[in-house]
Amino acid sequence: MLRVIAGLEMPDAGIVEIDDQDLTNVAVRERGVGFCFQHYAPFRHLTVRKNVAFGLEVRKRPKAEIKEKVDELLELVRIGHLADRYPSQLSGGQRQRMALARALAIEPRVLLLDEPFGALDAQVRQQLRVWLRQLHKKISVTTVLVTHDQEEALEVADRLAIIHEGRLEQIGDPAEMYDHPANEFVMKFLGPTTELNGEWVRPHDLVLHPDDTFGGQPGVVERIAHLGFEVRIDLKLHNGGTTWVQLSRGAAAELHLTTGGLVWVSRSQLATAATEPPTPQLSAL
Amino acid sequence: MPLRIIALSYIGLLIALPVGFVFYKAFQHGFLAAWNSVTTPDALSALWLTLGVVVIAVTMDTIFGVGVSLILARHRFPGVWLLDAFVDLPLALSPVVVGISLILVYGRTGWFGNWLAAHGIEVIFSLPGIVMASATVALPYVVRSVLPVLQEIGTDQEQAAATLGASTFTVFRRITLPSIRRGLAYGVTLTTARVLGEFGAVLVVSGAILGKTQTMTLFIQSSIENLDPTGAFAGAVILILISIVVLALLGSEAKDERRTSRWRSRSHQSPSVTEMPLLSTT
Repeated sequence: MLRVIAGLEMPDAGIVEIDDQDLTNVAVRERGVGFCFQHYAPFRHLTVRKNVAFGLEVRKRPKAEIKEKVDELLELVRIGHLADRYPSQLSGGQRQRMALARALAIEPRVLLLDEPFGALDAQVRQQLRVWLRQLHKKISVTTVLVTHDQEEALEVADRLAIIHEGRLEQIGDPAEMYDHPANEFVMKFLGPTTELNGEWVRPHDLVLHPDDTFGGQPGVVERIAHLGFEVRIDLKLHNGGTTWVQLSRGAAAELHLTTGGLVWVSRSQLATAATEPPTPQLSAL
Repeated sequence: MPLRIIALSYIGLLIALPVGFVFYKAFQHGFLAAWNSVTTPDALSALWLTLGVVVIAVTMDTIFGVGVSLILARHRFPGVWLLDAFVDLPLALSPVVVGISLILVYGRTGWFGNWLAAHGIEVIFSLPGIVMASATVALPYVVRSVLPVLQEIGTDQEQAAATLGASTFTVFRRITLPSIRRGLAYGVTLTTARVLGEFGAVLVVSGAILGKTQTMTLFIQSSIENLDPTGAFAGAVILILISIVVLALLGSEAKDERRTSRWRSRSHQSPSVTEMPLLSTT
C-alpha cells in the first residue's frame, strides 16, 4: 500500500489523494512523498551527508542552503557526528535514522515508513519507537507507518488501520479500536482474547468472585501462573467450557485462589466485545 | 608450500617466461632496431588502426553492454532468455566463424552487400568491418561483468532516488552508474584486452591490406611471415605495453578499495566506535 501511495506501483482500482489532490497519475518523483524503505535502501557509494543531501541536490538548491539543511537534519536524527561515514560503517539503527533524514530533506507532504523497526533488535526498536514519537511531535508531517507488531502500532499511532489479507478491517483511534473492535480479527489482533458464554472477551476484562452474589459462571481453578506483574488463571467452567482470566498480582492475592477451588466469573463493566463491522472505507485515510 | 611453487611455476612457464622472451627478442639487436621496425609507415598505420578500433568497438560494447544488462536485470518479458543466450554466443563461436558470418551478410555478395556498395558504404575489407568483428567477439564481457552487480544491488536504491525527486537519467547517472562502477571497469578492461588482441575475426573481414586494414596483430603475423622477427617482437611489445596501460588505468578502478581503506585509517584514530546513546533527552 505504501508503494501505491509513493507511486512506485499503480493501484488496481481507486485513487491516491494527498491534501485533496488526486495524485494517482503523478510520477513518483513529483509526488513529494518521503519513503523509508524496509531495508533503508542507503546509497552505498555516498557518505551519510551526501545521502541526505541527494533530494536537495537533484532539486538544484544552492550549496550553502543544502549544507545548512543537511546539518540541521543530521542533528535532528542525532547522527551529526557520522556525517562523513559510508552507510556500510553504520549500525542498523543509525542507517534507519539516516534514511529518515534523507526522506525528510525534501520536506515531504507525507512520510511513509515501511516496517521501520523490523530489522532491528528488540531493545533498539523500543528506543527508536519512543524517539520517533518525539520526533514526530517536532516535525509534524503526516506519517504512514506499516508494521506487523500490534504493540508498536498501538504505541505510535494516532490513527490505526488494520489490513488483513488485502482487506481493510477497521480504521480509527487505537484506544477506541482496542475497546470496540469491529470484528473478531481486529479484537484478536490487538490483544489477548478468551471465550466466555460463546463471546470473545479480553481476559483482563473478566472478574472473579468467591461466591455467586454478583452472578456469573461457576468454574474450577485449573492452574494459576504467576507471570511477574500479572497472574494468569485457567478455569474449567461447570457448563463444560474453558476460559482464562488475567489479574494483577494484588487482585489475585485478595481472592486467595487455590487450584481446584470454586469461583464465579463474569465480565467487568468495561468489557470489550467485537461488534459486527460497518463496511469500512479505505478513503477514510 | 608446494601449492605455491606449482602456481608460480605454472604462471612462470605460461606467461612470464614467454613474455619476457618477447622483450628479449625485440631488443636483441638494440633499441634502435626495434624502434625503426615499428616506426615504418606500415607499422604506424597498424598501430593507429588498432587504437581507433579499440576506441570505437569498446565504446559500442560498453554502451550496448550496460543497456542489455539493465534490460536483463530489470525487465521480464517473453524471450528475454533468448537475448541472454545470444549475448554469450560470441564466446562459443570461433572468431573465424564470426568473421565469415559478417562477410556472408555484409560482403559484396552478401545480403546487404549490394545495397551497401550501391550507397558507397564499404564494410568488409574496411574499418567498419573490423570494428564490427571486434565488437562482436568482445560483446559478452561488459554484460557478464555488470549484470551480476545489477542483480545484487537490486532496485531499492533507484526507487529511493526516484521518491527523492530524481529523473530516470539522474537516477542512472548518480545511483546506478556509481554502483556498477567496479564491474563496469572490469568489463571494459576485458573488452579492451579482447579487441586489442583479436586476430581471427579481424583477419577474415579485413583482408589484411598492408598499410590500410592491417591491425597490430595482423602486422605481427605478416612480419613473421616476411622473416622480420624484430618487427614482429617489437610490435608484440607495443601491444603488451598498451595492455599494461589499460590494466593500470581501469584495473585500479576495478579493484578500488578506497572505501574500506578509508574506514581502516579512521578506525585507527578512534578504535572505539560506539553507538551514541539514542535518547540523550530532548
